[in-house]
Amino acid sequence: MELLIFYPLAGFCVLMGLGVIISSSPINSALSLIAMMMGLAGVFVLQQAHFLAILQIIVYAGAIMVLFMFVIMLLNLKSAEEDTWSIRPQNTYVSVLTGFLALGALYKIACVISQAKLDSPAAVPDDFGTVVRVGTTLFTDFVLPFEVASILLLAAMVGAVVLAKNKID
Amino acid sequence: MLEQYIGATVMFIMAIGIACGMVFMTSVLGPKRHFAEKMEPFECGEKQIVSPHQRFSVKFYLVAVLFVLFDIEAVFFFPWAILFKKLGMFGFVEMLFFIIILGVGLCYVWIKGGLDWE
Amino acid sequence: MEHIPAPAIDFISLAPALILSVFGMLVLLMDLFAGKNKNLLVFASLVGLVLAGVSAFAPKALPVVSFGGSYVVDHLSVFFTLIFVFSSALTILLSIEYNPRNGIRAGEYYALILFCTVGMILLASATDLIMIFLGIEVVSICLYVLAGIKRGDVKSNEAALKYFLLGAFATGFLVYGMTLLYGATGTTKLAGIAEVIHSGQTNSDTLLLLGTVLLIIGFGFKVASVPFHMWAPDVYEGAPSPVTAFMAVGPKAAALVAFYRVFATAIPEIGTTWDTLLMVVAVATMVIGNFGAIVQTNIKRLLAYSSISHVGYLLIAIIARNSLGGSAIAYYMMAYAFMIFGTFGIVILLGEKNSENLEIKNYAGLGVKQPAIALCMTVFMLSLGGMPPFAGFIAKFYIFGAAIKEGYVVLVVIAVLNSVVSLYYYLKIVVLMYMKDSERELELSMGPITLAVVAIAVFGTIEMGLFPDPILQLTQ
Repeated sequence: MELLIFYPLAGFCVLMGLGVIISSSPINSALSLIAMMMGLAGVFVLQQAHFLAILQIIVYAGAIMVLFMFVIMLLNLKSAEEDTWSIRPQNTYVSVLTGFLALGALYKIACVISQAKLDSPAAVPDDFGTVVRVGTTLFTDFVLPFEVASILLLAAMVGAVVLAKNKID
Repeated sequence: MLEQYIGATVMFIMAIGIACGMVFMTSVLGPKRHFAEKMEPFECGEKQIVSPHQRFSVKFYLVAVLFVLFDIEAVFFFPWAILFKKLGMFGFVEMLFFIIILGVGLCYVWIKGGLDWE
Repeated sequence: MEHIPAPAIDFISLAPALILSVFGMLVLLMDLFAGKNKNLLVFASLVGLVLAGVSAFAPKALPVVSFGGSYVVDHLSVFFTLIFVFSSALTILLSIEYNPRNGIRAGEYYALILFCTVGMILLASATDLIMIFLGIEVVSICLYVLAGIKRGDVKSNEAALKYFLLGAFATGFLVYGMTLLYGATGTTKLAGIAEVIHSGQTNSDTLLLLGTVLLIIGFGFKVASVPFHMWAPDVYEGAPSPVTAFMAVGPKAAALVAFYRVFATAIPEIGTTWDTLLMVVAVATMVIGNFGAIVQTNIKRLLAYSSISHVGYLLIAIIARNSLGGSAIAYYMMAYAFMIFGTFGIVILLGEKNSENLEIKNYAGLGVKQPAIALCMTVFMLSLGGMPPFAGFIAKFYIFGAAIKEGYVVLVVIAVLNSVVSLYYYLKIVVLMYMKDSERELELSMGPITLAVVAIAVFGTIEMGLFPDPILQLTQ
């Protein structure tokens, strides 16, 4: 039953992921990205990670996508359509070579993984992934990372103002 | 295992159904009278003056980044609020430090004029 | 309602990071109210750094393990804390005269350096993958901003953008590697991972291997090892000179100590699966770093490539994966801090009013016009090249000793040959200073504080070369 839900969801994510890189309009890319994030949230729910699924929607599909849209609006939309990409021939050779190398590496990894014995995952406790469980771990075992996260956010705030503010003192 | 999601799934499907249904129904049932002015982007009845494909000012960007940062901060409050009584004094103090550190950030952004619309 | 018990927290072992966080916020707030007078900020930052350095010695019995084994204060982390505090203090000293003349007025500069130092200190003590990730992120975010803090300068903007884009990409690899490691072992604690591997109860050896490779990519980027080094020359060139010196020492040391902790304490038992890969990376880093440096004409780019080659030597200590390797890295980074801050101090001293004067050929005739500065530069160049009796020689000696103890003789031979190659471009500068003459005026553009930093660096480089034992004992 779970697999029946998982495969359509995963397929949807992959399709939308392809949509992000294939569509020529940046707005369409961004919308595909939102759809993919929603799909990922669904996958998280299947994995018993409810809290993570909610975060995925609030933070990624919500906040970070807003940022993406702003960035797209900051750039000039028209120029993307008018510019023709000029590709230097030597770049093409390098790209093709790199592509083949990457494909080879992926093939090798796929071979290794397909032969690997992956144990079936251990059963998770009933409250796994709930807000209570995640919170308990976060606020006791990981209290130091939690506080450091606030320093990280503070540094990021300072950075945003220093780099993006029009006039600074 | 999956039974617990039935309610949420039904609601999700209904929400999508109603939203899509409304759009679809209006496009089918609604009267359609197209003429050139109507198909233009709406600008208070005025003739369109500039192209809608304009670049935003970079000051939107600062607002967006700050929004993301405070949004992430808010995310930490969900589990904390649920566990508040169980965590007792310790939980209160650790969240206090978290907020103080970010409060310094808010002070900084505010006084530096990061929230002003120049 | 049952209570969740509060974890025990050892504030004394956390003191350096706590003090610096408080001072960082203080400096940030002072900047808002102090107006144009930045001297107060500098003073407060230095006081904070000194207090943090002193408090590093507060724990009575080492090691102190806290936060359920995710934070460990041992001799290694205390020594690294000293390196970080010291390098941050020197960066601030170098900036006092440099910043106003190069249009960096932002008071946030000092706060960001302090926050960066907090991240580095946490990184040196972190023994949990999540803690390591957060430490690396705090350090990186501060560095992205510091690299681009010269907002009017195109090169500085380029440096910040390149560093940010590539750094964010590399962080992705790092997190993915950590995830796979967690998936394979079921714990994020380094000691726990080692235990699971030792007992042979990993979920999947394949995941473990893939995770290790991804970690090498992630850390490889953060320490600028080949083939993940492409950002270094551009970023080092574009960032303000004090920030470049800071980047080459503090954050690099922090990433290296985390690299060492993960590979030498969590996954040493599967060492035979990753040491070949890391050896290839180390050799490539040394060779490309050194040969890349030979063709550079810009002193900051030359130092960037030289810094890459030094990472190659340091990776050898990680491959050795013994405790000797850890203290060798610590000693090396301390010696490197003296050499790099001295060299950058001279680069800053020779800057001109409208340009930073970074072309190496402009150093011609320095031996005649500024004999004292030329002598200092010679000391740093010889030490960077690993010549006795300077600190660089002893540092390399310990690294190679740690590797030979584990039987990596070929690797050490390659490293020694590379050291010889590196002498070519270091001595080229010395030859240029003494043997060539030029019409160009060479005047010292900075005041006594920058000179004092150079003097401290010369003293340290010679002292650590002649009397290595007291420092080495601190690291063990």
